[in-house]
Amino acid sequence: MRNIWTITRRELSLYFNTPAAYLVAFMILLILGILFYANLMAAFVRQFAPGVEVILSPFIMILLFGTAAITMRTIAEEQKSGTIELMLTAPVRDSEFVIGKWLGAFLFMLIIVAITWIYPLVLNALVDPGIDQGPLLTGYLGVVLICAALTAIGVSISALFSNQIAAFFATLGVYLLLWVIGVPSQIQGGTGDSLLAYIDFSDHFYNTLFRGVIGATDIVYYLSVTALALLIGTLIVETRRWR
Amino acid sequence: MIQVEGLTKDYGKRRAVENLSFHAEKGEILGFLGPNGAGKTTVMRILCGFMPPTSGSAQVAGYDVVDQSLEVRKRVGYLPETVPLYPDMTVFNYLKYMADLRHLADAEDRVDDVLEIVHMEDRAEGYISNLSKGMRQRIGIAQALLHEPEVLILDEPTIGLDPAQIRDVRDMIREIGKERTVMLSTHILSEAQQICDRVLIINKGHIVAEDSPEMLQGRLTGARRISLFVGGDPEGLLNLVADVPGVEQAVSQDNGGVEFETSPGEDVRAEVARAVVGAGYDLLELRPLDLSLEQIFLELTRDEPAIPVVDGHIDELEDIEQNEVEDKDFQKEVE
Repeated sequence: MRNIWTITRRELSLYFNTPAAYLVAFMILLILGILFYANLMAAFVRQFAPGVEVILSPFIMILLFGTAAITMRTIAEEQKSGTIELMLTAPVRDSEFVIGKWLGAFLFMLIIVAITWIYPLVLNALVDPGIDQGPLLTGYLGVVLICAALTAIGVSISALFSNQIAAFFATLGVYLLLWVIGVPSQIQGGTGDSLLAYIDFSDHFYNTLFRGVIGATDIVYYLSVTALALLIGTLIVETRRWR
Repeated sequence: MIQVEGLTKDYGKRRAVENLSFHAEKGEILGFLGPNGAGKTTVMRILCGFMPPTSGSAQVAGYDVVDQSLEVRKRVGYLPETVPLYPDMTVFNYLKYMADLRHLADAEDRVDDVLEIVHMEDRAEGYISNLSKGMRQRIGIAQALLHEPEVLILDEPTIGLDPAQIRDVRDMIREIGKERTVMLSTHILSEAQQICDRVLIINKGHIVAEDSPEMLQGRLTGARRISLFVGGDPEGLLNLVADVPGVEQAVSQDNGGVEFETSPGEDVRAEVARAVVGAGYDLLELRPLDLSLEQIFLELTRDEPAIPVVDGHIDELEDIEQNEVEDKDFQKEVE
């Protein structure tokens, strides 16, 4: 546990020391701000009261890119510079190393998510008599869970590469695949399809948390994806040694 | 302290190290000598728990490097060949980070201590990216010393340092080696001679020779090369030198000098000097040549064919030539 926290602290301070991380955070907030504004205008033109979905829908899509950009360096950079040799010869378990990396990236994403809270506040002030609080809270819970799962996947994939750009695109590819994998099941039916639907990343969000419903299966789903991804990441680092 | 039995490591189909066995005791400085690609780094990485061997076993400080990897890593200080450091951290923060990962109670004091040992106190707040190669090397050594390890494994510790720093580091290693076990790799023979209590010469994943530097030296003086220079016209010098009893294989050099070998156990320098001066030449230089690593391999494989090296002498010669080329490339890289 102590090692995890030591690694997490360094990761976090590194994010706050690198312009690239600030740039990613700024881009996420800027693009979200622009889309929020556009959605808001559209709502006023079409004369309906906008809810938190005008923030959450674009935010989730931006998160896919943002998270991939934040996690791409985590382990790939260590493999490129050779510092992984230091980590793997220090008395640190491979799992502690991976979890520490993940927690650092996750906490940084949480800070970005916390800053976006300003948009619902603005929305709440603009809309009379204020927005529906239920979907706001469950929606943000969903965002936090999605961030946890996405960063875990990103960190694990980063362990496969020593090239950050390759890690970025591979991560993004896996994200998008998980995002659309349930689509075929909507067309047909059957057990295989319901399995695909269960694996699908977006179904667990848009059908429940997005609409103000808290479902245990969805929370369990995101937490298991996180745990599984971290396990796979640890295995990747371990097999590195055998190569 | 270090006990290695039948260690073998394959990288895919390539065998980097084959059936290596050796040991090192407490308070001993063991030198690992060999050309680039001999398998030095591979062995060191296995001993540090970075990767497991394909077969064979290794124990460090009484713990198995595969089954008790964490215990080994707690007790070993390791300086990797590439000296990996985090360029975006300050020297102090980097060392503090490594100290924290080792759960040192007085981490900050220890960081100050090791910085003092490597004479880098004044750069503690500087970023690692701004350090020169020699300074990075010293920070790498500082990192390896943080937890006062029982076993210190240093992969090419003096590469990239200037002469004064090399002397510093060598003194430091000797000091540390009094109480702890130190294993260091190098491809500089004189370095191994100066620092090490015992030297292992390794080539192509095999141990070619193992002995104290003095003993190795003794075995090698069997054929000692000496270089001779005279002032003025060296005409006739070669014949003169070749006629001195005990001189073998005299050859003249492009620069006018003569190089020759002496018979085993004989020192004929005095006779040669008398002969040269007596014939009216101005004797300017009479100097034993340091045997380079390549020559050592030649000597070792020529004198002792019993040692299982590779498949015969011709291959060996080619290997050595290749190593020479690699060494030159490496030198360029360093520059």
